[in-house]
Amino acid sequence: MNSAVVVFPGSNCDRDMMVALELVTGRRPVALWHAEAEVPAGLDLIALPGGFSHGDYLRAGAIAARARVMRAVIGHAARGGLVLGVCNGFQVLTEAGLLPGALMRNAGLDFICRDVALEVAAADTPFTRAYGAGAAITLPIAHHDGNFQADPETLDRLEREGLVAFRYAEAVNGSARDIAGILNAGRNVLGLMPHPERAVEEAHGNLDGRRLFEGLLGVLA
Amino acid sequence: MKARVTVSLKPGVLDPQGRAIAHALQGLGFASVRDARVGKVIELEVAPGTTEAEVAEMARRLLANIVIESFRVELEPAPGAP
Repeated sequence: MNSAVVVFPGSNCDRDMMVALELVTGRRPVALWHAEAEVPAGLDLIALPGGFSHGDYLRAGAIAARARVMRAVIGHAARGGLVLGVCNGFQVLTEAGLLPGALMRNAGLDFICRDVALEVAAADTPFTRAYGAGAAITLPIAHHDGNFQADPETLDRLEREGLVAFRYAEAVNGSARDIAGILNAGRNVLGLMPHPERAVEEAHGNLDGRRLFEGLLGVLA
Repeated sequence: MKARVTVSLKPGVLDPQGRAIAHALQGLGFASVRDARVGKVIELEVAPGTTEAEVAEMARRLLANIVIESFRVELEPAPGAP
């Protein structure tokens, strides 16, 4: 599987993402600087990492979503290529219009950094197929703006079409319907606030994130 | 000339920051405060002749997230301009 990790000024989980991808795929991901206009041919997955791109100025992910590289990411997604946005990457995907809704300040106003229990709400996707529907997993979160909001029609549509990928097992940050991660209609774009790349090796004390990457490997070989 | 874009959360969108501010004001004894909403004001220096429609397009493309925010545009001619 050929993958790339986009690096924005202020990204800080890009290395973790690259380590996780190399660990699972056996191939070193390409680092894509935000100002690049084109992505290498033959990429299977583009990951948008966590962090505070452009200082989270204006809105989290707002400036990064308009970066030059994002036109190539949008093109990759339109061709059916896989796109994974974690934390700030999820915020970038909503700001870029690749995923619906918006991520707002946590309801309690606190930055929340801890492990959270999650339910895998959609299993028939390239990202979640290794878990099984309804699987209970634990992943770390670390965010200030993870409160997912959308209008009721959009939330109904996401649920009806099985596009809610992950749900918090308890109220965490005020997210509508406890949504922790969503898919686009084509199910080739996933955005989630929890950090699967921080739960991929024994030293992390948790391997629940690893299965997300292993599932992708199974799809793409 | 200057253009001022005021970005506000749409009605009905929960504003935890605004709520905290309202609580703090009430805590200071301002019992008249019922609610607070936080927005932002972005002041742009633009070329003379820039239209309101052009600034509104800037707001739609970047300055506001129209999923959750609405915006208002005001143009201020430079002092002394006709």
